[in-house]
Amino acid sequence: MEALEIARWQFGITTVYHFLMVPLTIGLGLVVASLQTAWFVTGGEQYLRMTKFWGKLFLINFIMGVATGLVQEFQFGLAWSEYSRFVGDVFGAPLAMESLLAFFTESIFLGLWIFGWQRLPRAVHLLSIWAATLASIGSAYFILAANSWMQHPVGVEMVDGRPVLVDIWAVLTNNTLLVAFPHTVLGAFSVAGGFLLGIAWYHLWKRRRDGIDTVDAGGRVVVGSQPATGRDAADHKVWLQSLRIGAVVALVSFAGVSLTGDVQAKLMFQQQPMKMAAAEAACHDGTGFSVLSVGDLGSQDCDEIVAVIEVPGLLSFLANGDFTTEVKGVNTLIPEYQERYGTTVPENPAYGERAGQPVDYVPVMEVTYWGFRIMITFGMLAAAAALVALWLVRKGTVPASRWLMRLAVLGILAPFGANSAGWIFTEMGRQPFVVAPNPDPNGIDDVFMFTAAAVSPGVSLPELVFSLSAFTLVYLALLVVEVKLLAAYCRGGVPAAMPELLPGHGGSSQDRHDDGDGGSGPGTGGKDGGDVLAFAY
Amino acid sequence: MESLPTLWFVMIGFFFTGYLFLEGFDLGVGMLMKLFARSNTERRVLLNTIGPVWDGNEVWLITAGAMLFAAFPHWYASLLAGLYVPLVLVLLALIFRAVGFEYRGKADSDRWRAGWDWAIALGSLVSAFGVGAMLAVTTTGLPLDANGDRVGGPFVWLTGYAVLGGLAVTGFCLIHALAFLMLKTDGEVRHRARRALCRWLPLGLVPLAAWALLVVLAHGKATTWAALAVAALGAAAARLLAGRGLEGPAFAALGVFLLAGAGAIFAAVYPTVLPSTVDPAFSLTVANASSSDYTLGVMSVVALFGIPAVLAYQIYTYWVFRKRVGPAHIPAAHAVRPQ
Ligand code: HDD
Ligand code: HEM
Ligand code: HEM
Repeated sequence: MEALEIARWQFGITTVYHFLMVPLTIGLGLVVASLQTAWFVTGGEQYLRMTKFWGKLFLINFIMGVATGLVQEFQFGLAWSEYSRFVGDVFGAPLAMESLLAFFTESIFLGLWIFGWQRLPRAVHLLSIWAATLASIGSAYFILAANSWMQHPVGVEMVDGRPVLVDIWAVLTNNTLLVAFPHTVLGAFSVAGGFLLGIAWYHLWKRRRDGIDTVDAGGRVVVGSQPATGRDAADHKVWLQSLRIGAVVALVSFAGVSLTGDVQAKLMFQQQPMKMAAAEAACHDGTGFSVLSVGDLGSQDCDEIVAVIEVPGLLSFLANGDFTTEVKGVNTLIPEYQERYGTTVPENPAYGERAGQPVDYVPVMEVTYWGFRIMITFGMLAAAAALVALWLVRKGTVPASRWLMRLAVLGILAPFGANSAGWIFTEMGRQPFVVAPNPDPNGIDDVFMFTAAAVSPGVSLPELVFSLSAFTLVYLALLVVEVKLLAAYCRGGVPAAMPELLPGHGGSSQDRHDDGDGGSGPGTGGKDGGDVLAFAY
Repeated sequence: MESLPTLWFVMIGFFFTGYLFLEGFDLGVGMLMKLFARSNTERRVLLNTIGPVWDGNEVWLITAGAMLFAAFPHWYASLLAGLYVPLVLVLLALIFRAVGFEYRGKADSDRWRAGWDWAIALGSLVSAFGVGAMLAVTTTGLPLDANGDRVGGPFVWLTGYAVLGGLAVTGFCLIHALAFLMLKTDGEVRHRARRALCRWLPLGLVPLAAWALLVVLAHGKATTWAALAVAALGAAAARLLAGRGLEGPAFAALGVFLLAGAGAIFAAVYPTVLPSTVDPAFSLTVANASSSDYTLGVMSVVALFGIPAVLAYQIYTYWVFRKRVGPAHIPAAHAVRPQ
């Protein structure tokens, strides 16, 4: 393998990995903040428990988002120094805004939230989780501004072969950004929805299996209690409400991603026609959307691909909103791209051995075609499951079936899969460009960069191999640790985050109601000290 | 003429120095998990002194990096790609450290805790040393060609200067952490921290002082000599005040040492941001490495609003958590069991 391939694998692996944590942080953050608000307003015991339980899982995940985000910030300089030089005038600005305006707020207020139980006035404590959550959504906006610029360069002029920023407002209101942002954030909410649904289902099921909850003749739940494990009637409420909230969040966000995704697709037909043609494996101009195509997608030879099931007119609808406009296929687009951007890689030392070789303008079709379909299908599956779940729990608990429970837990993965697939599709569909040229008349056409020219010329192959293996191994090991911890805290139920719920842990339940935290284990200064660190380290 | 790039050079210096000042003590506390704490309870006291603030401190580094990218893309590109191996090591170290803080208390087992203690201590050591080495190389230069790419192998950066820089930051972090613990803990730990501080302060600060002196000797101006003198006074005052038990003022004096020392270094190298050891003509300077004036102007507006806000809520956090942490505040560990 060459340096370029390794650098691409490294970027892909570290970014997709970062984006496993990101949507859960964004989605759970909003859930926890809303639950704490519900507790603040109603004083309902179950809301406090939900805040603490989901908050604990949120923190276990959050830290991995921070740890992997660090690498992201420095990656552009490490392996992509030519890219950094080329885009630096435009691209660094949103990154710096993200750091200064979002990351600081996020990390500082989260610190206040974690350690501020009991120490901060309740309203201020509530405000800190909101500040942290809104900042993480803000960070998504800024980083997507940077990414959208790579998909649709705006607000610049070319000076000496480099784009120079002339209009920051154009970058921050890029139409690609304005739809990618809600699409991505709603996709993140769907991750949280599936997460709540699956875990809450597991606990409701376990309460039934352990004989705590039963159902009467009409199928209605009869809520029981088992104080020894902390599973009382409020515990039932915790899981039932979590499940319902999760299902509703998943449904609403799916509706949202569908609407925004549709707008994205229309924009993409104008801005990056080749990406969309590749997403369809559409070789010839046409109007039909392929539900299934067979043939050797990987051969990069369009003529071997046959659409088996095709919905006439749908592709035109996705692209233009009607059923008749012909959408350009790959075979039509190749000569257009060749005419605009050349048939061979420029004779420039930056391209090394690639200079002068023919350019392949078609992205890896297997990836774009399936990436697009996996994104939509997994999202659809999660939404359908949420609908079914809402109906199944209408009488207050889940069916006793172990298989259904397993399915619900497995379903947690579907929105994660949809998110990764969406990103892999968007990023790989942009190849062979790292900054994609937009043939669209409203875009700026001459701003583009081939990925092959973006790598760091001074970095040697062994260095890249070292970092790729180090990051991959460390990330894998940490993923195992994170998943195990999450699983342990899920199995532990609410007492995992509130040990005082278990008998014999000290701290009467009255304290809990008064001050909103019961972490006072034996040997602590008690609640008057205000120094209870049970939620912390 | 180069007023905006110069302003941004000062900003970059501000963010890196702010990073060293703030994360300095939490990196040091991380190392002290192994070097100083004697029991699990003491380790938890140490961790909880930095618990609410370390992530905010680390964002100073992230912001310094992002600002570097926005304001001096050529500096960002040449420096990071040139220092590929040490930077990757520092990132891995920072990962282990961060995850260690959060995960250490999440399971009740001695093996689990011992593992994360090492992750935190070594992670902190490698990050402190690596950041120091990289900053030192920034002042002495790399073999860069006309395009700003490193010529020579992956380890050309590893010079005596880099080692000195690494020692400088490591030493400073340890001393700074002892001063911080003296200020933030109660009981046994507090007194031991003070004694250790008085004993090790001179040795711990020597490498940083030596690095600053070497840079100023090479590129000195009157102002940088003055800054160096202030730094020396700060160090001496910190030792004296700590000896008298004036903990807050001692911590502040140490801060003066860092600010003046780092200020002397940044001011001495100006206007070069990354020297090329191949040919001075290839050196990156404030003028040839920066973004356009428009971009710098935009960033200045962002900084004008952002920095005061950041300072305000960071100060607020330190105020909220101003109380000392002692062994009495540490609750019993609890195991998480399946229901
Ligand atoms: C759509 C959202 C999104 C996307 C596309 C990315 N990130 Fe991210 N990032 C977040 C959303 C986010 C977040 C939700 O705000 C995180 C996750 C956990 C956290 O602490 O904040 C975060 C954390 C995070 C951190 C640590 C912040 C801290 O210490 O508090 C850094 C440095 C980055 N990211 C940098 C990047 C870069 C350079 C990316 C591009 C390649 C990137 N992220 C993609
Ligand atoms: C977090 C969500 C993201 C995911 C999952 C993602 C995924 C990917 C993947 C899979 C690649 C490799 C593509 C290939 O080699 O064919 C890639 C490349 C790249 N992406 Fe993204 N990306 C994300 C966000 C971003 C953002 C926000 C930016 C910019 C701010 C960005 C910039 C890049 C760059 C510079 C490359 C390297 C050049 C290339 O190989 O295309 N990515 N990304
Ligand atoms: C009917 C449903 C959907 C449609 C029509 C749709 C459409 C699209 C399109 C066209 C893009 C590419 C945008 C570009 O390259 O500029 C995209 C990207 C993406 N999609 Fe979807 N999508 C749908 C469902 C989902 C679901 C369910 C999720 C996740 C839960 C998801 C997550 C993503 C992500 C993370 C990206 C990459 C980031 C971005 O460019 O916004 N999508 N989607």
